Amino acid sequence: MIRIGIDVGGTNTDAVVMSDRSVLHSVKTATTEDVMSGVLAALQGVLEGSSIDRSEVDVVMIGTTHFTNAVVQRRDLAPTAAVRLGLPATASLVPMVDWPVDLRESIGNHAYLAHGGHEFDGREISALDPEELRRIAADIAAKGIRTVAVSSVFSPVNTEMEKRARDILQESLPDAHFTLSSEIGRIGLLERENAAIMNACLRDLSRKTVRAFREALAGAGLDAPFFLTQNDGTLMSAETAEAFPVLTFASGPTNSMRGAAFLSGIKDAIVIDVGGTTTDIGALVSGFPREASVAVEVGGVRTNFRMPDVFSIGLGGGSRVTIDPVRVGPQSVGYRLTQEAHVFGGEVLTATDVAVAAGRANIGDPERVRTVDAVLVQEALAVMVAMVERAVERMRLTPEPVPVIVVGGGSILVPDRVGDLNVIRPEHFAVANAVGAAIAQISGEVDRVFSLAEMPRDEAVARAKAEAIERAIQAGADQDSTQVVDVDDVPLAYLPGNATRIRVKAVGDLSVA
Amino acid sequence: MRRFDVDDLKDVAVGAAVLGTGGGGDPYIGKLMAMQAIRAHGPVEVIGVDELDDDAVVAPAAMMGAPTVMVEKLPNGTEIVTAFRSLEEYLGRPITAVLCGEAGGLNSTVPFIVAAELGLPLVDGDGMGRAFPELQMVTFTMHDVPATPMVMADDKGNSVLLHTIDNRWTERLARSATIEMGGAALIAFYAMDGRTAKRAVVRGTVSLAADIGRTIREARATRRDPIEAVQARVGAHKLFSAKILDVDRRTVGGFARGEALLEGVDDDAGRSFRIQFQNEFLVALEDDDVLVSTPDLITLLDADTGEAITTESLRFGFRVVALGIPSDPQWRSDEGLALVGPRYFGYDIDYRPVEDRVGT
Repeated sequence: MIRIGIDVGGTNTDAVVMSDRSVLHSVKTATTEDVMSGVLAALQGVLEGSSIDRSEVDVVMIGTTHFTNAVVQRRDLAPTAAVRLGLPATASLVPMVDWPVDLRESIGNHAYLAHGGHEFDGREISALDPEELRRIAADIAAKGIRTVAVSSVFSPVNTEMEKRARDILQESLPDAHFTLSSEIGRIGLLERENAAIMNACLRDLSRKTVRAFREALAGAGLDAPFFLTQNDGTLMSAETAEAFPVLTFASGPTNSMRGAAFLSGIKDAIVIDVGGTTTDIGALVSGFPREASVAVEVGGVRTNFRMPDVFSIGLGGGSRVTIDPVRVGPQSVGYRLTQEAHVFGGEVLTATDVAVAAGRANIGDPERVRTVDAVLVQEALAVMVAMVERAVERMRLTPEPVPVIVVGGGSILVPDRVGDLNVIRPEHFAVANAVGAAIAQISGEVDRVFSLAEMPRDEAVARAKAEAIERAIQAGADQDSTQVVDVDDVPLAYLPGNATRIRVKAVGDLSVA
Repeated sequence: MRRFDVDDLKDVAVGAAVLGTGGGGDPYIGKLMAMQAIRAHGPVEVIGVDELDDDAVVAPAAMMGAPTVMVEKLPNGTEIVTAFRSLEEYLGRPITAVLCGEAGGLNSTVPFIVAAELGLPLVDGDGMGRAFPELQMVTFTMHDVPATPMVMADDKGNSVLLHTIDNRWTERLARSATIEMGGAALIAFYAMDGRTAKRAVVRGTVSLAADIGRTIREARATRRDPIEAVQARVGAHKLFSAKILDVDRRTVGGFARGEALLEGVDDDAGRSFRIQFQNEFLVALEDDDVLVSTPDLITLLDADTGEAITTESLRFGFRVVALGIPSDPQWRSDEGLALVGPRYFGYDIDYRPVEDRVGT
């Protein structure tokens, strides 16, 4: 199978062509304002470089930080209505209450509270009120809003209220897009609702962007199907990505970790991705990034997305080195490294200069760092090693030795051993993120509270597993390769009836017909 | 008297997590509600307990129930005022000041909501000086203050008035009513006069929570070690620096019970530790020797940020600094230990003060 993987980052757009498990060719191009022309250039670059015929390409996978950046920079966001079902509960804190004011204003701050929602044990808080919803729909229509987020209390346990509310609202809003919180998040009303609202406000942009990707593919003469990668390192169809753009939010670090796993052939490891300004450290478990267990903020908004657990430190190739006491970062010369670092004739002492002066790397002109004080070099190296070691220890999964895989442009900063752990530098490490996109799989997930008074735990887990596998297959996974990769059950303390929250993830290879 | 404004609540929430000793619930929802109430009604006056008239009527406000429910089914917002108003009606006298029941965790912020909305002062103190899981585990119980009359109110407008023979019965009956109310309720209870409050309250704990939060914030802003700063502020004993090796959790009798294994790092390299918890951290051990036990506070702080780590977020690989903080002297009495000592929680341990066990 011939696949193309593309990573559209804030600075670079990378592309790789892979034949089954080998990387045939890779290119790095600049990300462009319109996204489309950068992707087109990257596609044309790898196709030419690999001399693969366009008709041979089976599938294209794209990872992008475009939607995250839109929220962070507050641009291209659509006016959005947030409808929450839960009255009389939840009125104390209205939708978007904890958002940064500028972001809330940029989507119009249209929040509605309505009756509905469930208790933890499945009882209704109050009945859905169709008349109330019709009044809300009329107001939304009068304001000309065309995208709506619906949230309901305990909807991860029972999705029915959100669906019924959508159906009622849709009668009066036939052209609107709907995002249901239960389709996106887990327990934690504000975080899940935040995710749904952010998703809703990105719907216009996601339609445009997915179209741009489609056009770039057509422009490059490709008629292969294409997919986007999501936060957990698995794929979604272009249609799903268009409906759920928030699911791409953390795909950048995820792809570099998955790429690192693939390029090194190692499934359980710590991955260090060294950039110009920061280093992201994550943990791979069975070939997938470990997910964060705490709320993750995106653009200042608290969410509970399925996000990789990434620990970032202010160390990169462009980090400034200061003395008394010796410190490395967090300030960085960033993309100006090739002008400002000593080895490139500049005046700023950077982490790259230290690595070159210590003989770790041969970049720029090593003569220019010959005069740097040897004691300072040793001290700065020790600081960098300590920073990396500390971060790696934090992300380490077991006391047993695990390998450390280093990817990214600044990987010369990492020594060959981190503490007691061996460091591996795979081939093609600079384009690990595009490789990660190319090899992404399909997943299905279940996250629900089961009452163990109603069924034994084994049966609850078995049901959740079967449902996760079914969801993966429905999402496009090949039936034979789909398997459960993660089961996690958390007994809910304080509650009677042995309520237990079970999370299951199933993953399979993309089925290519 | 000290005036608490919106930004002070952020510090209270951070500090309350330190006093929460791993439990007490996430203060996030309560913080948002309190900040909103202060924006609408103005800052809250926090007064010393000695500023109360002897015949003042004070009552604590709190949220009761499962933290997992509270993050999903947010309150209506009127419950706590309903509870206060009904309690006043039953007492036949207006409540003149609000008290904090539990300064650790989410209940540090709840009293600010009612104080702001009713324009009442908040007494600087609480009934625990930390977090504990049950309603009778307050210093008020030792001073023979009955928990009832107590009013619990839910999001639908229901309220329940309890009248019980002792505070453990209040816990039992209120716990089952909370479940019927959907797993969470807001409560007003332990009404007492100013004279009693001066004896029964653990003093200064609301401003302590705020000071701990501010200490952590300022230390981080000026790149000083936040943990050393906290230690100095609360007179804590550093127990050890360690890395979490393993966490074993299970649910027994409605408690999130478990044990964390830790391996010493830095100056403590080569030593091994355990922390046992039931919602809160209750016992810290080195090998089989007890370092600290309840009612003294065991707090785990993230070695980098200085922020408190809860029992739910304990995970392999976290680097932590464990602090032992002396509990309020009232808890060290025989009656105090009978309520919240290690034996109440099923540990076969004699309580010894942290300062005797680990020195200075």
